[in-house]
Amino acid sequence: MFNFPLRPEAASTFAGQHDLLFGILTVLTIVFSVPVMILAIIFAVRFRAGNKVDRSRPSHENLKLELTWTIIPLLLALAVFGYSAKLFVDLRKPPKDAMEIFVIGKQWMWHIQHPNGVRENNELHVPVGVPVKLTMISQDVIHAFYIPEFRTQYMVVPDKYTQLWFQATKEGEYMILCNQYCGTQHSEMVGKVIVQRPDEFQKWLADGGRSMRPKDRTMVESGEDLYKLYNCANCHGDVDTPRGPSLYGLFGKRQQMTDGTTVLADDEYLRESLLKAEKKLVAGYIATMPNYEQELSEEQALQLIAYMKTLGVQKPAAPAAPAAATTPQEGNR
Amino acid sequence: MSATAARPEELDDATRPNYLNVSHTIKSWLLTQDHKRIAVLYLVSISFFFLLGGLAASMIRLELTSPRGVMLESETYNKMFSAHGIIMVFLFLVPSIPATFGNFALPMMIGAKDLAFPRLNLLSWYLYMIGGGLILAALLMGGVDTGWTFYTPYSSMYSSGHVVLAIVGVFIAGFSSIFTGLNFIATVHKMRAPGMTWFRMPLFVWAMYATSVIIVLGTPVVAITLALVAVEATMGVGIFSPALGGDPVLFQHMFWFYSHPAVYIMILPSMGVMSELIACFSRKRIFGYHFVAFSSLAIAGLGFIVWGHHMFTSGQSTFQSLVFSLISFVVAVPSAVKTFNWMATIYKGNVDLRSPMIFALGFLGLFVVGGLTGLYLASLATDVHLQATYFVVAHFHYIMVGGAMMGFLGALHYWWPKMTGKMYSDNWAKIGAALVFVGFNLTFFPQFILGYLGMPRRYHYYDFAPQWQAYNIMSSAGASVLALGYILPAFYLLHSLKYGKPAGRNPWGAVGLEWQTESPPDTHNFHEIPIVTHEAYDYAAVDEIEHAQAQEVMKKEAHMGSDE
Repeated sequence: MFNFPLRPEAASTFAGQHDLLFGILTVLTIVFSVPVMILAIIFAVRFRAGNKVDRSRPSHENLKLELTWTIIPLLLALAVFGYSAKLFVDLRKPPKDAMEIFVIGKQWMWHIQHPNGVRENNELHVPVGVPVKLTMISQDVIHAFYIPEFRTQYMVVPDKYTQLWFQATKEGEYMILCNQYCGTQHSEMVGKVIVQRPDEFQKWLADGGRSMRPKDRTMVESGEDLYKLYNCANCHGDVDTPRGPSLYGLFGKRQQMTDGTTVLADDEYLRESLLKAEKKLVAGYIATMPNYEQELSEEQALQLIAYMKTLGVQKPAAPAAPAAATTPQEGNR
Repeated sequence: MSATAARPEELDDATRPNYLNVSHTIKSWLLTQDHKRIAVLYLVSISFFFLLGGLAASMIRLELTSPRGVMLESETYNKMFSAHGIIMVFLFLVPSIPATFGNFALPMMIGAKDLAFPRLNLLSWYLYMIGGGLILAALLMGGVDTGWTFYTPYSSMYSSGHVVLAIVGVFIAGFSSIFTGLNFIATVHKMRAPGMTWFRMPLFVWAMYATSVIIVLGTPVVAITLALVAVEATMGVGIFSPALGGDPVLFQHMFWFYSHPAVYIMILPSMGVMSELIACFSRKRIFGYHFVAFSSLAIAGLGFIVWGHHMFTSGQSTFQSLVFSLISFVVAVPSAVKTFNWMATIYKGNVDLRSPMIFALGFLGLFVVGGLTGLYLASLATDVHLQATYFVVAHFHYIMVGGAMMGFLGALHYWWPKMTGKMYSDNWAKIGAALVFVGFNLTFFPQFILGYLGMPRRYHYYDFAPQWQAYNIMSSAGASVLALGYILPAFYLLHSLKYGKPAGRNPWGAVGLEWQTESPPDTHNFHEIPIVTHEAYDYAAVDEIEHAQAQEVMKKEAHMGSDE
């Protein structure tokens, strides 16, 4: 009737490494706990009152012994820390060629957008064997995007982009859970990752995901629409104007601010400048740009950033994902 | 320890006035400044809140036996686990041992007549009751659905529960522990009997002292943090909510700055109790007294700089995470040292396996598992998977319920004869200890596996993962056994009040100062201030003669054996 699984399927490149470390820790736990428990019982029974055993030389201090059992656990702890830290550092650095997908968490659903504009809710299609980077943000409270079969999770925080990357190793369907309590229907904020063969994934992506077709627009194109709608080019042209700095070739560069600091123009900075322009001002400019906090949704902010990243790189819009070589428009109709 | 002679003119136990029977009016209890009476007030009120928190826990466990929660609405379920957490952490675990047994035993253990500030001590109890009352009111008026952690911006901007009222309750209860901590620190510094040097103090007193330091330094931070949540929720001042210009993760830093050390507020007193029990029932000086005493202080100190390990996946910088992980690994070492020292104390002891010792052995088993599984969470790469799953739930229950609760029960069984003057049934107590140990493991061990399988804490449904059900059923079954183990002492302990045999001054043959006075003690603890001439746990001196005699017998027998 019941089965007793001991671990979830290991379906990402990290899952195997995680399980090895988990195994090492389990061995250490057993090595340190089982003897303590067994010895506690043996000592308690053997030396119980009335038992005639040798109780000679009862010592109350033994510096050598104490140092031994202080230093050995310390060294073991440091060794595990080192190994674990190395894995973690790798886990926090997405490969440069990782395919990027965007996740927006809200009470109580996962909203996902692919660079070509395909959107899905509570489902995430990814190709097997390709590193995937998720850029995530919440629209309301703190959530956490968790895929147990990939052994990875990260918090999804309002007002801040967080990142998670993985490389799936097996086709199949895996759980997406929300692992940070977020209100009444927290337990129902679940979904699934669908890992497909790369060609199947391309087909799915080009087909608009069947269920949710893109509105003929990639994320970059939607961003461009918004850029035009809000007349951003009025102030931000291909060269700096007295009203505003140029956005061309901006992404990934360091900018000098009015307060003397320099800031890397990354997703986080672009989002803040879009939504709360007065927070950080480029040297030589005053706060003239309105805040778009009330007007732009998190999704639109992501689209605008996607467009801004293409400015000055090369027109037309670069294909956003390395695997998405087929231009989305072709597949749409 | 010291040698106050028994007073020859001592009255018969039944007629002798003591702190319990010195007066009987309700007023005399509610206005008492006697630390022992206040301890009894705490014991009664804390037990009441434990019962409430336990009821909420049983609802949670009952609900989770089915993958599709059928008994409670989601909202009710959320309020249930929040009530369980808030009550158990703030109204049971934090005050349990310090407020009851610290209050009762600490002054006697250092030969003092009372705590340094008896009125402040009474005020602490009133603050605890007011705080508890407000939390209870918040729960009765419709509840809180934030979990005990009150994470923002959910708690300040989105929750529809009575968050502010509950927070005010926690805030006020916090001052109760701050005052208790201050009181203990002042008492240990100023009220020790002549000859009671720092290194003659019982280790329970050291543990209480270290705990008080954490309480005094940490509790104000959580009080202010929660006050800020209330300010944001009621006045819309942006502190934590990005919608108002605040920082959502800031709350977590401030909250865990207290709440991680708070784990040590819960476990250090228990460790202190263990040192008393193991020394007493092994009839030996604690092995490595100085190491044990200093490891308490080391834990108190290091405990303050590990809070970031609750936020490895929150977007804090990788470097920050590395530092917090490293320190978290290091803080495990003093706990390991204590465990080894306790083992060495039992070794070649003269072990009396009465019920307090059984609780102590149970503590050792649970604490070791709880402590070591903490390493999985201190370790960065495994924490990325296990963070906020049932693995965490299992881990902290092993520490806080396995460790702290075993300590509480051990302390209760150890000092009960002193508190009441009556002996309870040791056999029933052993059955109780066994039920708690077995029920506990059955409840919480499956949760480690559930966590590895990915079950998030605070989930109401898991119909998409039916493979979690078997473990949930095991866990719920275990909870019933555990509940039985907790209810049983209520019966035999209360029974002992009426039918128990008189305990006498020192039923365990222990050497602490508290055992030199009558049971129950009179209002001023001692007839004359004791003078301390020996180190703590000087069982060797007491037993020297007995030991020599035993050796003689052994030699004789061996001799007779060889004759035949």
